Amino acid sequence: MKLAINWFKYSAPSTFYGLAGKVIPWFAISSAILFAAGLYIGFFVAPTDMQQSEAYRIIFIHVPASILSMFIYLIMAGYAALGLIFNTRLSSMMASALAPTGALFALISLWTGALWGKPMWGAWWVWDARLTSELILLFLYLGYIALHASIDDPRRADRASAVLAIIGSVNVPIIYFSVKWWNTLHQGATIKFTGTSMHVAMQQAMFTVLAACWLYAIAVSLARVRSIILERERNTQWVSELPEAKL
Amino acid sequence: MSWGEFFYMKGYAFYVWGSYGAALLIFLIEVMLVRHRRKITLQNLRMMRDAGDED
Repeated sequence: MKLAINWFKYSAPSTFYGLAGKVIPWFAISSAILFAAGLYIGFFVAPTDMQQSEAYRIIFIHVPASILSMFIYLIMAGYAALGLIFNTRLSSMMASALAPTGALFALISLWTGALWGKPMWGAWWVWDARLTSELILLFLYLGYIALHASIDDPRRADRASAVLAIIGSVNVPIIYFSVKWWNTLHQGATIKFTGTSMHVAMQQAMFTVLAACWLYAIAVSLARVRSIILERERNTQWVSELPEAKL
Repeated sequence: MSWGEFFYMKGYAFYVWGSYGAALLIFLIEVMLVRHRRKITLQNLRMMRDAGDED
Protein backbone atom coordinates (compact mmCIF):
# COMPACT_ATOMS: atom_id res chain seq x y z
CA MET A 1 0.00 0.00 0.00
CA LYS A 2 2.80 2.37 0.93
CA LEU A 3 4.51 1.60 -2.37
CA ALA A 4 1.33 2.39 -4.24
CA ILE A 5 1.03 5.74 -2.49
CA ASN A 6 4.59 6.74 -3.41
CA TRP A 7 4.04 5.66 -6.97
CA PHE A 8 1.03 7.89 -7.36
CA LYS A 9 2.73 10.70 -5.54
CA TYR A 10 5.46 10.92 -8.17
CA SER A 11 3.07 10.42 -11.04
CA ALA A 12 1.31 13.63 -10.01
CA PRO A 13 2.55 16.44 -12.29
CA SER A 14 2.93 18.83 -9.34
CA THR A 15 5.34 16.51 -7.48
CA PHE A 16 7.16 15.44 -10.61
CA TYR A 17 7.71 19.06 -11.66
CA GLY A 18 9.74 19.78 -8.52
CA LEU A 19 11.55 16.45 -8.54
CA ALA A 20 12.60 16.90 -12.19
CA GLY A 21 13.89 20.39 -11.45
CA LYS A 22 16.15 18.99 -8.73
CA VAL A 23 17.68 16.16 -10.74
CA ILE A 24 18.24 17.92 -14.11
CA PRO A 25 21.57 19.61 -13.13
CA TRP A 26 23.01 16.25 -12.00
CA PHE A 27 22.11 14.54 -15.26
CA ALA A 28 23.46 17.50 -17.25
CA ILE A 29 26.78 17.68 -15.40
CA SER A 30 27.43 13.94 -15.50
CA SER A 31 26.53 13.94 -19.20
CA ALA A 32 29.11 16.65 -19.94
CA ILE A 33 31.80 14.78 -17.98
CA LEU A 34 31.08 11.51 -19.78
CA PHE A 35 31.05 13.22 -23.19
CA ALA A 36 34.48 14.70 -22.47
CA ALA A 37 35.84 11.37 -21.20
CA GLY A 38 34.34 9.34 -24.05
CA LEU A 39 35.63 11.67 -26.76
CA TYR A 40 39.05 11.78 -25.12
CA ILE A 41 39.26 7.98 -25.23
CA GLY A 42 37.80 7.95 -28.73
CA PHE A 43 40.25 10.42 -30.21
CA PHE A 44 43.42 10.00 -28.13
CA VAL A 45 43.41 6.44 -26.76
CA ALA A 46 41.60 4.35 -29.39
CA PRO A 47 43.96 3.33 -32.19
CA THR A 48 43.57 4.07 -35.88
CA ASP A 49 41.48 1.45 -37.68
CA MET A 50 43.34 -0.74 -40.14
CA GLN A 51 40.69 -0.65 -42.85
CA GLN A 52 38.94 2.66 -42.34
CA SER A 53 41.84 4.78 -41.04
CA GLU A 54 40.58 7.79 -39.01
CA ALA A 55 37.15 7.90 -40.65
CA TYR A 56 35.94 5.11 -38.35
CA ARG A 57 35.99 7.55 -35.41
CA ILE A 58 32.55 8.70 -36.54
CA ILE A 59 31.36 5.46 -34.89
CA PHE A 60 31.64 7.01 -31.41
CA ILE A 61 28.76 9.39 -32.15
CA HIS A 62 26.97 7.45 -34.89
CA VAL A 63 26.26 4.26 -32.94
CA PRO A 64 25.20 5.92 -29.65
CA ALA A 65 22.91 8.36 -31.51
CA SER A 66 21.36 5.49 -33.48
CA ILE A 67 20.80 3.37 -30.35
CA LEU A 68 19.22 6.33 -28.56
CA SER A 69 16.95 7.16 -31.49
CA MET A 70 15.51 3.63 -31.27
CA PHE A 71 15.33 3.37 -27.47
CA ILE A 72 13.75 6.79 -27.04
CA TYR A 73 11.09 5.79 -29.55
CA LEU A 74 10.22 2.68 -27.54
CA ILE A 75 10.14 4.64 -24.28
CA MET A 76 7.99 7.31 -25.93
CA ALA A 77 5.57 4.68 -27.27
CA GLY A 78 5.54 3.03 -23.81
CA TYR A 79 4.62 6.29 -22.08
CA ALA A 80 2.04 7.03 -24.78
CA ALA A 81 0.51 3.57 -24.24
CA LEU A 82 0.41 4.08 -20.45
CA GLY A 83 -1.34 7.39 -21.00
CA LEU A 84 -3.81 5.77 -23.37
CA ILE A 85 -4.61 2.82 -21.10
CA PHE A 86 -4.57 4.40 -17.64
CA ASN A 87 -5.41 7.95 -18.69
CA THR A 88 -2.45 9.26 -16.70
CA ARG A 89 -1.62 12.85 -17.64
CA LEU A 90 2.06 12.72 -16.82
CA SER A 91 2.78 9.70 -19.05
CA SER A 92 1.33 11.49 -22.05
CA MET A 93 3.33 14.61 -21.23
CA MET A 94 6.51 12.51 -20.99
CA ALA A 95 5.77 10.99 -24.40
CA SER A 96 5.48 14.41 -26.01
CA ALA A 97 8.60 15.62 -24.20
CA LEU A 98 10.66 12.71 -25.56
CA ALA A 99 9.65 13.06 -29.22
CA PRO A 100 11.82 16.06 -30.22
CA THR A 101 14.90 14.57 -28.54
CA GLY A 102 14.35 11.23 -30.26
CA ALA A 103 13.90 12.97 -33.60
CA LEU A 104 17.16 14.86 -33.14
CA PHE A 105 19.04 11.65 -32.33
CA ALA A 106 17.60 10.08 -35.48
CA LEU A 107 18.77 13.14 -37.41
CA ILE A 108 22.28 12.86 -35.93
CA SER A 109 22.31 9.16 -36.80
CA LEU A 110 21.37 9.85 -40.44
CA TRP A 111 23.69 12.84 -40.79
CA THR A 112 26.77 11.12 -39.34
CA GLY A 113 25.86 8.01 -41.34
CA ALA A 114 25.90 10.05 -44.55
CA LEU A 115 29.27 11.56 -43.67
CA TRP A 116 30.59 8.08 -42.96
CA GLY A 117 29.00 6.48 -46.02
CA LYS A 118 30.52 8.94 -48.47
CA PRO A 119 34.21 8.10 -47.85
CA MET A 120 33.56 4.36 -47.22
CA TRP A 121 30.87 3.45 -49.77
CA GLY A 122 31.26 6.39 -52.13
CA ALA A 123 27.68 7.54 -51.55
CA TRP A 124 26.02 9.88 -49.06
CA TRP A 125 22.85 7.83 -49.21
CA VAL A 126 21.68 4.46 -50.51
CA TRP A 127 18.18 3.02 -50.25
CA ASP A 128 19.44 0.25 -48.03
CA ALA A 129 17.09 -1.43 -45.51
CA ARG A 130 18.95 -0.07 -42.47
CA LEU A 131 19.12 3.50 -43.76
CA THR A 132 15.56 3.53 -45.05
CA SER A 133 14.06 2.17 -41.83
CA GLU A 134 16.01 4.76 -39.80
CA LEU A 135 14.67 7.49 -42.10
CA ILE A 136 11.16 6.15 -41.49
CA LEU A 137 11.89 6.41 -37.75
CA LEU A 138 12.66 10.11 -38.18
CA PHE A 139 9.39 10.55 -40.11
CA LEU A 140 7.48 8.70 -37.38
CA TYR A 141 8.84 11.13 -34.79
CA LEU A 142 7.95 14.10 -37.00
CA GLY A 143 4.50 12.63 -37.68
CA TYR A 144 3.92 12.15 -33.95
CA ILE A 145 4.95 15.74 -33.21
CA ALA A 146 2.85 17.15 -36.07
CA LEU A 147 -0.23 15.10 -35.18
CA HIS A 148 0.00 16.10 -31.52
CA ALA A 149 0.38 19.76 -32.46
CA SER A 150 -2.52 19.69 -34.91
CA ILE A 151 -5.18 18.75 -32.34
CA ASP A 152 -6.25 21.57 -30.03
CA ASP A 153 -7.59 19.51 -27.15
CA PRO A 154 -4.45 18.11 -25.44
CA ARG A 155 -6.17 14.97 -24.15
CA ARG A 156 -7.44 14.11 -27.62
CA ALA A 157 -4.04 14.93 -29.07
CA ASP A 158 -2.49 12.52 -26.54
CA ARG A 159 -4.80 9.69 -27.56
CA ALA A 160 -4.49 10.14 -31.31
CA SER A 161 -0.70 10.46 -31.27
CA ALA A 162 -0.41 7.53 -28.84
CA VAL A 163 -2.00 5.27 -31.43
CA LEU A 164 0.49 6.51 -34.05
CA ALA A 165 3.42 5.98 -31.65
CA ILE A 166 2.33 2.45 -30.74
CA ILE A 167 1.80 1.34 -34.34
CA GLY A 168 5.09 2.96 -35.38
CA SER A 169 7.06 0.99 -32.80
CA VAL A 170 6.91 -1.98 -35.19
CA ASN A 171 9.62 -0.13 -37.11
CA VAL A 172 12.18 -0.35 -34.30
CA PRO A 173 12.85 -4.11 -34.49
CA ILE A 174 12.87 -3.72 -38.28
CA ILE A 175 15.74 -1.23 -37.97
CA TYR A 176 17.58 -3.43 -35.51
CA PHE A 177 17.31 -6.65 -37.51
CA SER A 178 17.50 -5.03 -40.96
CA VAL A 179 21.19 -5.87 -41.32
CA LYS A 180 20.35 -9.54 -40.69
CA TRP A 181 17.12 -9.88 -42.61
CA TRP A 182 18.27 -8.16 -45.77
CA ASN A 183 21.52 -8.15 -47.64
CA THR A 184 22.49 -4.59 -46.82
CA LEU A 185 25.42 -2.35 -47.58
CA HIS A 186 25.35 -1.25 -43.95
CA GLN A 187 27.68 -3.32 -41.81
CA GLY A 188 26.29 -5.78 -39.26
CA ALA A 189 25.87 -5.17 -35.55
CA THR A 190 29.03 -3.83 -33.92
CA ILE A 191 28.02 -5.05 -30.49
CA LYS A 192 26.34 -8.43 -30.50
CA PHE A 193 24.84 -10.38 -27.64
CA THR A 194 27.63 -12.88 -28.15
CA GLY A 195 30.39 -10.30 -27.77
CA THR A 196 32.36 -8.07 -30.08
CA SER A 197 35.61 -8.00 -31.99
CA MET A 198 36.14 -4.32 -31.26
CA HIS A 199 39.32 -3.00 -29.66
CA VAL A 200 38.84 -2.42 -25.92
CA ALA A 201 39.49 1.34 -26.09
CA MET A 202 37.02 1.66 -28.97
CA GLN A 203 34.37 -0.13 -26.90
CA GLN A 204 35.09 2.07 -23.89
CA ALA A 205 34.78 5.23 -25.98
CA MET A 206 31.55 4.09 -27.56
CA PHE A 207 29.88 3.01 -24.31
CA THR A 208 31.01 6.17 -22.51
CA VAL A 209 29.51 8.40 -25.23
CA LEU A 210 26.39 6.19 -25.16
CA ALA A 211 26.03 6.81 -21.42
CA ALA A 212 26.62 10.53 -21.99
CA CYS A 213 23.88 10.59 -24.64
CA TRP A 214 21.48 8.80 -22.28
CA LEU A 215 22.10 11.34 -19.52
CA TYR A 216 21.77 14.20 -22.01
CA ALA A 217 18.47 12.82 -23.30
CA ILE A 218 17.11 12.44 -19.75
CA ALA A 219 18.18 15.95 -18.74
CA VAL A 220 16.79 17.67 -21.81
CA SER A 221 13.50 15.71 -21.84
CA LEU A 222 12.91 16.42 -18.15
CA ALA A 223 13.59 20.11 -18.79
CA ARG A 224 11.10 20.03 -21.67
CA VAL A 225 8.44 18.14 -19.71
CA ARG A 226 8.57 20.80 -16.99
CA SER A 227 7.41 23.41 -19.51
CA ILE A 228 4.76 21.04 -20.83
CA ILE A 229 3.50 20.44 -17.28
CA LEU A 230 3.24 24.19 -16.63
CA GLU A 231 1.46 24.80 -19.95
CA ARG A 232 -1.08 22.07 -19.41
CA GLU A 233 -1.65 22.64 -15.70
CA ARG A 234 -1.67 26.44 -15.95
CA ASN A 235 -5.15 26.76 -14.48
CA THR A 236 -4.37 24.80 -11.33
CA GLN A 237 -3.76 26.12 -7.86
CA TRP A 238 -0.29 24.65 -7.49
CA VAL A 239 1.02 26.31 -10.67
CA SER A 240 -0.30 29.73 -9.64
CA GLU A 241 1.47 29.30 -6.29
CA LEU A 242 4.88 28.47 -7.81
CA PRO A 243 7.52 31.03 -6.89
CA GLU A 244 8.82 31.19 -10.49
CA ALA A 245 5.34 32.07 -11.75
CA LYS A 246 4.88 34.80 -9.17
CA LEU A 247 7.82 37.11 -10.01
CA MET B 1 51.48 13.69 -33.51
CA SER B 2 50.94 17.44 -33.97
CA TRP B 3 47.60 19.22 -33.60
CA GLY B 4 47.65 19.95 -37.33
CA GLU B 5 47.93 16.24 -38.04
CA PHE B 6 45.23 15.50 -35.50
CA PHE B 7 42.74 17.89 -37.11
CA TYR B 8 43.66 16.62 -40.57
CA MET B 9 42.43 13.11 -39.58
CA LYS B 10 44.49 11.55 -42.39
CA GLY B 11 42.31 13.30 -44.94
CA TYR B 12 38.96 12.50 -43.29
CA ALA B 13 38.72 15.84 -41.43
CA PHE B 14 35.56 16.95 -43.28
CA TYR B 15 33.69 13.74 -42.49
CA VAL B 16 34.84 13.31 -38.89
CA TRP B 17 34.51 16.96 -37.80
CA GLY B 18 31.39 17.38 -39.90
CA SER B 19 29.81 14.58 -37.85
CA TYR B 20 30.87 15.80 -34.43
CA GLY B 21 30.27 19.45 -35.32
CA ALA B 22 26.70 18.76 -36.47
CA ALA B 23 25.97 16.68 -33.35
CA LEU B 24 27.30 19.45 -31.10
CA LEU B 25 25.29 22.07 -33.00
CA ILE B 26 22.10 20.00 -32.69
CA PHE B 27 22.63 19.54 -28.94
CA LEU B 28 23.28 23.27 -28.45
CA ILE B 29 20.21 24.27 -30.46
CA GLU B 30 18.03 21.82 -28.54
CA VAL B 31 19.22 23.15 -25.18
CA MET B 32 18.57 26.73 -26.38
CA LEU B 33 15.06 25.83 -27.57
CA VAL B 34 14.21 24.10 -24.29
CA ARG B 35 15.44 27.10 -22.28
CA HIS B 36 13.54 29.47 -24.54
CA ARG B 37 10.36 27.45 -24.12
CA ARG B 38 10.68 27.64 -20.34
CA LYS B 39 11.14 31.42 -20.52
CA ILE B 40 8.07 31.82 -22.74
CA THR B 41 6.01 29.47 -20.57
CA LEU B 42 6.81 31.41 -17.39
CA GLN B 43 6.10 34.71 -19.19
CA ASN B 44 2.70 33.41 -20.29
CA LEU B 45 1.90 32.30 -16.75
CA ARG B 46 2.65 35.79 -15.45
CA MET B 47 0.66 37.43 -18.24
CA MET B 48 -2.29 35.16 -17.48
CA ARG B 49 -2.11 36.13 -13.81
CA ASP B 50 -1.75 39.87 -14.56
CA ALA B 51 -4.73 39.71 -16.89
CA GLY B 52 -6.84 38.56 -13.96
CA ASP B 53 -8.54 35.29 -13.34
CA GLU B 54 -10.74 35.29 -16.43
CA ASP B 55 -9.12 32.14 -17.81
